[in-house]
Amino acid sequence: MSGQKPRTLFDKIWDAHVVDTLPDGTALLYIDLHLTHEVTTPQAFDGLRQAGRKLRRPDLTLGVIDHNIATDASRYTGIVDPESRLQVETLEKNAAEFGMPLIPLLDDRQGIVHVIGPELGRSLPGMTIVCGDSHTSTHGAMGALAFGIGTSEVEHVLATQTLLQKPAKNMKVEVNGNLAVGCTAKDIVLAIIGRIGTAGGTGHVIEYAGDAIRALDMAGRMTVCNMSIEGGARAGMVAPDETTFEYIRRTPNGPKGEALERALAWWRTLPTDPGAHFDKVVTLNAHEIVPQVTWGTSPEDVLPITGVVPNPEEAADEARRAQLRRMVEYMGLTPGQRLQDLKIDVAFIGSCTNSRIEDIRAAAAIARGRKVADGVRALVVPGSGLVKKQAEAEGLDRILTEAGFEWREAGCSMCLGMNPDKLTPGQRCASTSNRNFEGRQGPGGRTHLLSPAMAAAAAIAGHLADVRDFQPKGSV
Amino acid sequence: MEAFTTLTGIAAPLPKANVDTDQIIPARFLKSISRTGFGKHLFANFRYKEDGSENPDFVLNQEPYRKAEILIAFENFGCGSSREHAPWALLDFGIRCVIAPDFADIFHNNSFKNGVLPVKLPREVCEQLMEDARLGGNARLTVDLERQVVVRPSGEEIPFQIDPLRRHLLLNGLDDIGQTLQHAPAIDSYEARQKAAQPWLGGA
Ligand code: SF4
Repeated sequence: MSGQKPRTLFDKIWDAHVVDTLPDGTALLYIDLHLTHEVTTPQAFDGLRQAGRKLRRPDLTLGVIDHNIATDASRYTGIVDPESRLQVETLEKNAAEFGMPLIPLLDDRQGIVHVIGPELGRSLPGMTIVCGDSHTSTHGAMGALAFGIGTSEVEHVLATQTLLQKPAKNMKVEVNGNLAVGCTAKDIVLAIIGRIGTAGGTGHVIEYAGDAIRALDMAGRMTVCNMSIEGGARAGMVAPDETTFEYIRRTPNGPKGEALERALAWWRTLPTDPGAHFDKVVTLNAHEIVPQVTWGTSPEDVLPITGVVPNPEEAADEARRAQLRRMVEYMGLTPGQRLQDLKIDVAFIGSCTNSRIEDIRAAAAIARGRKVADGVRALVVPGSGLVKKQAEAEGLDRILTEAGFEWREAGCSMCLGMNPDKLTPGQRCASTSNRNFEGRQGPGGRTHLLSPAMAAAAAIAGHLADVRDFQPKGSV
Repeated sequence: MEAFTTLTGIAAPLPKANVDTDQIIPARFLKSISRTGFGKHLFANFRYKEDGSENPDFVLNQEPYRKAEILIAFENFGCGSSREHAPWALLDFGIRCVIAPDFADIFHNNSFKNGVLPVKLPREVCEQLMEDARLGGNARLTVDLERQVVVRPSGEEIPFQIDPLRRHLLLNGLDDIGQTLQHAPAIDSYEARQKAAQPWLGGA
């Protein structure tokens, strides 16, 4: 490789997947793994059928049901909502007709698409991974190039196993130093979005680097990469290292034996070369990060938990003032109010951002020996059937239910208001999900994004709370 | 896909930044398995009150904007979820062109693929066009993709930039898949190389 221009992780994966280049520079990019779910695929399969096209690579395609299903016991007796049932049945029919592997709804491996890919060992370093869902960026934590696509592109990948793509620009977000006590990967990524804004990464692929990122476990890296889209970037990635490889060795479907050795040899060449060019670089100090919580209706409207609701009149221009006034009104806030005084109705621990075993352990550590406040509904929704089983083997479900949390079946649940888990108008929710847009968790619902430990602390306090005031208690 | 050449129509002003896809079409309406019928849910949380009646303050509930074919908004239009239901809802309502200072990447892609033209123009220009749009039914805008100009009611022409390949596909209503399948031999040989080099793909 000597004499070659230094390349980023993104450049290397991109270059390895270019099948052909069109005269205007658009690349025909090969896709190594296409994940599908019930919501963004029916129209794509319909398109294939109408054009008489086939699914090109069933072996590189995997379907799962996650978005619109109930997360209570009702899933065992059939889906109640007729439209949801139709979407699920359509996916099942399409899988059978086109030969697409599909994880059945009542299988242990079922779960949120972005949790199961890495967990099963299907999402691997150096891969290109797509899914009709913007949080596909999660898989970038494996050292893959992973991004969300629309339904037309889903159809394109089903038919050709490729996508027409313009190369993105490279952006590096470097987080250095040690995280303070009580802070997690979620606080890192919220702080990043607070810094760069929701359009800060538009047109870019973000590589997260620095020793604070290196120190994260795979679950933490997934949390960070997951929210890249909230910072405007289609993809976020972390260079693969020993932490990644150790994780892959423990997956059921990851490569084994000689295949693994060959894979490792290639994966070790993937990290960004010294001196490679980044179009944009942002640096944060991990030790300056305080537990974060969003107060408004855009992920960039985030503050330390010690903060107060901002005064819209202090914003620089009229457009921003109007936007902030609307947020304060929608969220039912008063400027100057302490965030820690905001009473909550619901706490939601789940979603592809924070529903892995590590997240559930963090919530259980706070919940142990304590009780959910009166009047608060608290849900814990594991990201997959396998996470659920693991948590139960560790006794976490008992700690949580004894504290008054609901222990649910795997799915997207209250992350988006399209299944039975929804906020009602005016309800305030401490949520570990990724979007706080108006109505995201149900019409009129008010979302505060935060980490699993912070959500558990809020559930117990009955209001947003500083997790640093909650020392874990020993077993009771 | 329907070709897009020139569109002359009523433009609705939506002076808002960060219009996300949850606003364009809330998640609870994503359960259909067809591409049509989403128009009635476009901007549902703004267009309808809690009891389901129309909110008269929202622009698309006012005359003449009920028949708007162009939408003008501010920065970062279409951010959030990758749902293609967003352009489907716009299209089903009758909107075939969105003008804004910039667009979120996935929405931008999805629009082109469904025959909705996203036009990027600086914020000051968007503000001027919103002023034009506020004049209502007598002040139609023209969006000419062939010549790459937006024509104001005064006759003033504002040029815009667009990716040549996208323009070509849209002008001719061409489907990407047909275009890509012309590269089938290249895909075949890529797959053959990949099979030898990365035998672990496809799962154990
Ligand atoms: S958990 Fe939420 S963000 Fe993640 S895939 Fe499901 S709906 Fe999308």
